[in-house]
Amino acid sequence: MSALEYKLIVGLEIHVQLATETKMFCSCGLEFGAQPNSRVCPVCMGMPGVLPVMNKKAYEYSVLAALALNCNITKHTKWDRKSYYYPDLPKNYQISQYDLPMSSDGFIEIQASEGALKRVGIIRAHLEEDAGKNLHGAGENSQVDLNRAGTPLLEIVTAPDMNSPEEVRLLAEELQRIVRYLGVSEADMQKGHMRFEPNINLHIIRDGQLFKTAIAEVKNLNSFRSIERAVAYECSRQLDEFIENGRTMQNTPKTTMGWDDERQQTVLQREKEAAHDYRYFPEPDLVPVEMNDEWLGQIKSRLCEMPLARRIRFASEYKLSEYDAAVLANDRATGDYFDTIVKFGADPKRACNLITQVGMKLANEAGKNVAQIGATAKDVAQLADMADKGLISATAAAVIMGEMVSSGKEPMEIARDKNLLQSSDQDALMKFVDEVLAENPQAVADVKEGGKKKEKARGFLMGKVIQKAKGQANPKVAGELLSKRLEV
Amino acid sequence: MSDISNLSCLEIKAKIAAGEITSEQAVGAMFKKIDENEERIGAFISLCRDEAIDRAKKVDAKIKVGERVGSMAGVPIAVKDNMCTDFAATTCGSKILANFKPPYDAHVIERLKAQDAIIIGKTNMDEFAMGSSTENSGIKQTKNPWDTSRVPGGSSGGSAAAVAAKMCPAALGSDTGGSIRQPASFCGVVGLKPTYGRVSRYGLVAYGSSLDQIGPLTRTVADAALVMNVIAGEDLRDSTSVSENIAPKTDYLAGLDEGVKDLTIAVVPELNEGASAQVREAVKAAIEAYKKLGAKVIEISMPHFGYAIATYYVVATAEASSNLARYDGVHYGHRSKEAQNYIDVYTKSRAEGFGEEVKRRIMLGTYALSSGYYDAYYLKALKVRNLIRRDFTQAFEKSHCIMMPVAPTTAFKIGEKAADPLEMYLSDIYTIAANLAGVPGISVPCGFDGAGLPIGLQILGPAFGEGNLLKIARSYEKVNS
Amino acid sequence: MAQVKIDQGQVRQVAKLSRLELSDAEIMQFSDQLSAVLDYVAKLNELDTTNVEPLAHCLPVSNVFREDKVRESLGTEKVLANAPQHDGQFFLVPKILEE
Repeated sequence: MSALEYKLIVGLEIHVQLATETKMFCSCGLEFGAQPNSRVCPVCMGMPGVLPVMNKKAYEYSVLAALALNCNITKHTKWDRKSYYYPDLPKNYQISQYDLPMSSDGFIEIQASEGALKRVGIIRAHLEEDAGKNLHGAGENSQVDLNRAGTPLLEIVTAPDMNSPEEVRLLAEELQRIVRYLGVSEADMQKGHMRFEPNINLHIIRDGQLFKTAIAEVKNLNSFRSIERAVAYECSRQLDEFIENGRTMQNTPKTTMGWDDERQQTVLQREKEAAHDYRYFPEPDLVPVEMNDEWLGQIKSRLCEMPLARRIRFASEYKLSEYDAAVLANDRATGDYFDTIVKFGADPKRACNLITQVGMKLANEAGKNVAQIGATAKDVAQLADMADKGLISATAAAVIMGEMVSSGKEPMEIARDKNLLQSSDQDALMKFVDEVLAENPQAVADVKEGGKKKEKARGFLMGKVIQKAKGQANPKVAGELLSKRLEV
Repeated sequence: MSDISNLSCLEIKAKIAAGEITSEQAVGAMFKKIDENEERIGAFISLCRDEAIDRAKKVDAKIKVGERVGSMAGVPIAVKDNMCTDFAATTCGSKILANFKPPYDAHVIERLKAQDAIIIGKTNMDEFAMGSSTENSGIKQTKNPWDTSRVPGGSSGGSAAAVAAKMCPAALGSDTGGSIRQPASFCGVVGLKPTYGRVSRYGLVAYGSSLDQIGPLTRTVADAALVMNVIAGEDLRDSTSVSENIAPKTDYLAGLDEGVKDLTIAVVPELNEGASAQVREAVKAAIEAYKKLGAKVIEISMPHFGYAIATYYVVATAEASSNLARYDGVHYGHRSKEAQNYIDVYTKSRAEGFGEEVKRRIMLGTYALSSGYYDAYYLKALKVRNLIRRDFTQAFEKSHCIMMPVAPTTAFKIGEKAADPLEMYLSDIYTIAANLAGVPGISVPCGFDGAGLPIGLQILGPAFGEGNLLKIARSYEKVNS
Repeated sequence: MAQVKIDQGQVRQVAKLSRLELSDAEIMQFSDQLSAVLDYVAKLNELDTTNVEPLAHCLPVSNVFREDKVRESLGTEKVLANAPQHDGQFFLVPKILEE
């Protein structure tokens, strides 16, 4: 067997459903799970005589997303018809953008676990309308539901810059974060808000000669896990095909594969006719869009700190671990919340713990985002401060936070009400320590003697001190004072 | 009350307002005329008797109690069957939509209803507006009222014939390459194609989206102005209907009799040879009449005019091939009973539902857009279109309007040009360029040929200048009646 | 000027793209007729359009938008009212075998 090296080459085509109220070209609502054909009007069902009118918000959302992807926003863009026949495409053409997409030439950065940043090119991002759905149940008919027809989609095409299944998944996840951060899409994979189609092939070098395998496009991937697995599977499959049958781009056509999640493999889809002739031509019913500086400026002002930049900032500025930074920056609301708490003066690490260890549990129970559970940033900052000053223990902090959420009261008030304040007052505590030592000479003797009884006696004395303080002693401080007196 | 059918829209409107007649009587008179003549003429695909009488009664009731009514209150009007009406089937003259009932009204229908006009029926047309004779209708053949062995013109042949035969004082037509102006000319009535974007296309079944416009066919210029007042204006559901900020709407009736001061008319001598001698004579005489009224006539050249037909049959058919893709037997319209699988549903339904001319144009358009041919045909045509528009822009720098024939001949015999599609296409020579450039044009009757067949004078004007066109047409109408 | 011919094979291909089932006789007839029209259309090549912009829209208009406000949809019943085949909820077509 000759020496063989290969490189996996993957580009992604992503369709993002925009979070507008209405469809792209008509005013039908975009509610998920509606009765079949109940979100349909003459326009989106392509009745004779109807005309499309562009949704301004959809356009602005797509510009916002393209800006976040570092794309160049075209000053003059137009619409085109893409023709093909399918029952879920009522006009038998899709209104899309062909030669003058609204944006191009951007990039997205991903961060692999080693920490190195990698830049993946974005070739273009454009707007188009979605098709309806065909359902193939049992029986001799397919059912067509046009509820989804006309939904605004942002199509993003990356450069073939990804070289591992992990990178593909990282990109997919990062893109989801980005569009969610901007609020331009809910990007819920279960609801089909984001669809990924990787284009995969291999560059193989054998005996100094370069071979390229045929590109496979994989469809029907609806989770990040299946994307990663499909890419991995295709990598092996194409390598095997090359080694065993010498299949390359030269002798094999581009294929379209589906992903079989049950069998965890890609499956060749039924033979399609040779490359579609989409017969693109300018959409006569829609006028072009001219982007001017003022409008672009307005949209730009809605940009925010992006997830990757935020993760990096949280880790470096706030000295958080990469893991913690990632958790806090995973969604915009949580990161904003955290930022605000820190700005109110909280120690970042303390605030992080309160959010991730306490707040998020409460949030999960309530089915909300941690920023929405009802604990104001100011109050959480105060709580963090109280913990820092030793006024409360960590356990008490969790209890107080829960109470803040349910009662809306301030942390200090709650701590007092629930008797959770612990004293770190050295003089007061020293008084208790002295009293305890005086009252328990045998235990003192046991400690000083050393040996087996020492630990037990010390614990006993600590307990007595806490008791005297009616539970409100900062154990650490008490312990230190006790040690001081005992000179051990 | 059969003399009501001789009256113009304005006359009917005035008499109804004055209480001399009722709308119900007016509508009744039209239906009587229709009953007497429709078998001979075949102008209508469907009649809206009940709906019309019902509406007429409502208008009469409003007038009786002194309630405010619209600007066309009680006036009967017919509508070409490619405009969606939620109260009547809309067939576009095609078997593929034979039973299609739209769940909505076209914008112009809403406007007519808002002004209390009474829609009495849907008129016959070349299938999907593709044709110049109404011989391509998948439903029936309309005859020219002046000579029923001849075509009424097309594609708005039914509308033109209905107005000419006095079955109604006005009708709406649509014009993509001359389909209002040419039948107006063949039937001896007034026909106006507005500027592209002046009238909403929402609800007009699309043929050539960048060319289509809805306009009036009437027996008088003033009636055309009246109808234009109702149907023109911005519609938010049509992105190509122009905002009134960019092109303010004028009252087309105001100052109609004033004419245009220091009128300068451009004529294009190089185009005359395309027309028959009698047509040339009639147009020449009309222009002489303008000269007598004080107009100045200049000669210009429009070097790209002669390429308009070639351009049109690429652009219009390309758009049509896409616009008609939706007729697939899936969501509405005819579905073949022979369909065994879902591909059959498409191929057989469309084969059965479309007529020959429609198929021809769909294939032509598909070819022009297909891979490898796009640059040579479609892109090239769009560039020539720009040159044609430039010709018009330059012409209107020196003149108020251009005058020429509407059609090379008068109405030809049914079947005469059916054998050769290209020959039929070439008869659009005078009307097509205006659609490509988006400028308005009007056809006014200007005489008859030896056989007593009407001849039309075509007046073309700059974009959004239909107000002036109507005035110019009116000047001639005054001296020609 | 060279004769532009669209042969029967091309007509078949175009008919397929247009989803039109044509008989052999029709294919032959269309081949002749379309050739004649395309031959005529070829006269566009007489014009030099090197520096001419294509005119797709007659109107000097851009940026026509609508607000993102929900309006009532038609309702399933009306949507299906003209459907050749439906089951009260969906449009029906013979089974689509490829996805």
